Amino acid sequence: MYVVVVGAGKVGWNLARELIDKGNELTVIENDRARFATVEEELEHAVQYGDGSELWVLERAGIERADLVIAVTGDDEDNILICQVAREKYGVERVIARCNNPRNLQHFELLGVKPAVSATDLILRLIEHEVPRVGLLHLLDLPQERLEIIELEVRAGSPAAGKQVRDLGIPEGSLVISILRDGTGFVPLADSVVEEGDEVLLVLDTGLEEKITAVFEPGGGQSRAA
Amino acid sequence: MFVVIVGCGRVGSSIAKKMLAEGHDVSVLDEDPEAIAQLEKGETSTWEDLGGSFTVGTALEIDALLEAGIDRADAFVASTDGDNTNLVIAQVAQRRYGVEKVVVRVLDPARARWYEEQGLRTVCPTQIAIEMLETAVGVGV
Repeated sequence: MYVVVVGAGKVGWNLARELIDKGNELTVIENDRARFATVEEELEHAVQYGDGSELWVLERAGIERADLVIAVTGDDEDNILICQVAREKYGVERVIARCNNPRNLQHFELLGVKPAVSATDLILRLIEHEVPRVGLLHLLDLPQERLEIIELEVRAGSPAAGKQVRDLGIPEGSLVISILRDGTGFVPLADSVVEEGDEVLLVLDTGLEEKITAVFEPGGGQSRAA
Repeated sequence: MFVVIVGCGRVGSSIAKKMLAEGHDVSVLDEDPEAIAQLEKGETSTWEDLGGSFTVGTALEIDALLEAGIDRADAFVASTDGDNTNLVIAQVAQRRYGVEKVVVRVLDPARARWYEEQGLRTVCPTQIAIEMLETAVGVGV
């Protein structure tokens, strides 16, 4: 696979190293002269100096034959632009962008740049996983397929506690796929009983989240349903 | 007409002042709170007293763009000093908020040309300067 990486900061450099180790052909583009010199000592001809959002620099790096373009500079606008031209102008099939500020994710989305990886967002999700404040965690979002997988905690007083899966009253278009209890998980049957302290994994159509939260939220069930 | 101008340097501020003088509603966004001085240069009253509005915020920030009024703009000018920033926010104005007239300043002629082909109204000062200088120096004569 031929990969073009834009940005040889910590992320770009390490990515380049790993991808080369795995036998890929690769070019990294770096526009800071000093950084370029440092990285060149190790990566040699695999790193090029230049502004990776300039078209001629991308062309010199061979973007036209790239199978994958990864934009990991520190500037979201650059990463968006690079991936947009890679896809739309040069027909690159796969792009991956780094999103530095999770608030900018909507721009990546709007301009069709995906996946956009945000370390801040990932860490925030991990924190939520450790400390489930609202009790709901998005494990996977597939907006294209209009599906998501969420994890819900069955807290004290939850109307779901003590009920069999078939009696939970979750809406059509959702399914309990796993229950995590005492550190292990199992795939439940219709008559498996949900207990307080369980973490329940559900797959659902986009948009059903509120209805499902109502089923699990202590006290919230009735008022929401009404 | 209500126009939102992002980037209050020489270019953005000149357009803003001219449009305000012509009687349009003008909202300017810049990340530097001091940039308002550009708008008040040579004036005896403040920008706001003149009838303009000014928002401090970064160009990519949706909240700042909304505060500046991107969602009700008839025209949008992206004139920050960053080509990529301009190209991103111009597309946000056009695609997400359906602003009718969107104009983007792009210094790099290559990017300006390609995005123009994609349906953005780009203005490339570099290209204009090249052509004027070529004429002045007599290239192709």
